[in-house]
Amino acid sequence: MKDIFITPFVDMFAAPDFLLQVLWEGLVSGILYALIALGFVLIFRSSRIFNFAQGIMVVFAALTLVGFHAMGVPAWTSVALTLGVMLALAVSIERVVLRPLVGQPDIILFMATIGITLFLIGFGEIIFGGENKVMITEELGIPTDSWVLEPWGGLLILEQKDVTAVIAAAMLVVGLLAFLNYTRMGRAIRALGDDSQAALSVGISLQTIWVLVWFIAGIIALVTGIAWGARAGVSFALEVIAYKALPVLMLGGLESITGAIIGGLMIGMLEKLFEIYWGQPLLGGNTETWFAFMLALVVLLFRPQGLFGEKIIERV
Amino acid sequence: MLDQSQGYVTADGRQIGGVLMEMKDITLRFGGVTAIKDISFDIHEGEIRAIIGPNGAGKSSMLNVISGFYTPQEGEVWYKGAPRPAMKPYEVARMGVARTFQNIALFEGMTVLDNVMTGRLNHMKAGILAQAIWWGKARDEEIANREHVERVIDFLEIQSIRKTPVGRLPYGLKKRVELARALAAEPSLLLLDEPMAGMNVEEKEDMSRFILDVNDEFGTTIALIEHDMGVVMDLSDRVVVMDYGKKIGDGTPDEVRNDQTVIDAYLGVPQE
Repeated sequence: MKDIFITPFVDMFAAPDFLLQVLWEGLVSGILYALIALGFVLIFRSSRIFNFAQGIMVVFAALTLVGFHAMGVPAWTSVALTLGVMLALAVSIERVVLRPLVGQPDIILFMATIGITLFLIGFGEIIFGGENKVMITEELGIPTDSWVLEPWGGLLILEQKDVTAVIAAAMLVVGLLAFLNYTRMGRAIRALGDDSQAALSVGISLQTIWVLVWFIAGIIALVTGIAWGARAGVSFALEVIAYKALPVLMLGGLESITGAIIGGLMIGMLEKLFEIYWGQPLLGGNTETWFAFMLALVVLLFRPQGLFGEKIIERV
Repeated sequence: MLDQSQGYVTADGRQIGGVLMEMKDITLRFGGVTAIKDISFDIHEGEIRAIIGPNGAGKSSMLNVISGFYTPQEGEVWYKGAPRPAMKPYEVARMGVARTFQNIALFEGMTVLDNVMTGRLNHMKAGILAQAIWWGKARDEEIANREHVERVIDFLEIQSIRKTPVGRLPYGLKKRVELARALAAEPSLLLLDEPMAGMNVEEKEDMSRFILDVNDEFGTTIALIEHDMGVVMDLSDRVVVMDYGKKIGDGTPDEVRNDQTVIDAYLGVPQE
């Protein structure tokens, strides 16, 4: 019992600089989980589709970026071209997959996004090959040095590319929230999620909004891809981290952008804390692969709508 | 422009304009079922036009044809003096036709204010970027739109609930918010699908008053479907009566009330 309830906390207070380091690492991966979850939430809110393909879109965006650069295209031009590819992807998904399936049950559309996932994996491997690639971090002007801080005479290392990722993610989220809350298109996106028939009657085009939303999800995927690629390289294995977005969504609810962000950060930090202070000493480590799911299960037990999801009230 | 020479003067002395919309020989089928059979009628600018009929007469289908949710197999819809090509509902909405639904279709998660603001979507033209950074034209536009929306909210007396999420409102108020959203679009033609359905007497009176006031104050042309005969006869300038997908009467409330075919359709014909 002492190992579970006392020792970890004593360790935390004994070395607060190390605790900060752990929390920072957790925050960085949490931000990336949050970004992926954000892509899910956006598409779900506007179309009630659970987009299984969000994870592979991250990989696909990162591979496309690296691919363009490998062809000799300057780094930032590659970013612009990749955005073009993501737009084309959004348009073709709407045309080929979503439009013919309008009005079908949600599960059919969910299956369709699994189809998109499998297609993107196969298509991506044909074009880019299956081997690992290195993200063009320096070429994009992202600093790769570290800041070494010494809080309380201890040691805290902040990698500048992580700091950049956090700032970029924060800007993306703020921009997205402003877009959704204060613009015509943003309002249309929120409206469509609530009632598509009513949306049509006030002059909102289903097709335009779907393309827009999938394109935004593509932009988010690209940012996530760059940030994660800078840490771990670019390969199809990256898709696995997308599954971490699932517990994030269970925690944050499928509807809430704030929920996705807070859920992502919570999972990122809690799983790191658990791994370092409980997992490694008590369970032999490697708890990060399952901790998030267990946490989500526990939350679901008590709050089926997630921490921030809208409460489901049925009138009888 | 509309040909104003076709206008007329109502019983209570209001001047009605020319033909705003004309349905020409509309036929609508769902598979083997003919929902609307060869119906023609017109809607004049500034009038309140009712479509009535027993259950299953095809009234809602007619409204859905007007608002573009259904495309008829035969016939033409003329709008502002020209035939309208087959259009999607959102395109029809952009041409100035706003509507409400029989089973309220509101954005439940959004506030009353946001719901009504969506009615202004077609009046916002500034670019996405300008809107995102709340700058220049986008800002002026949003302010102008807000002013109009506040006028509508004031007019329909829903100021006290402007920040309330729609999902929490009682039925009667939801109906009113839906009307506000449609009105916010400054429509040339306002379609109301059973605006009083499920309301109590008091709410019906309120709604009738709002419909008359809207017509009077904004000069909005209104086409409505309604079950409650008393309400319809009081409200409307002219009435189309449908039964089994066919038009069986068309005229002022008094004319329709005394039409034998209409009486038969509503009360049934005694067996010989």
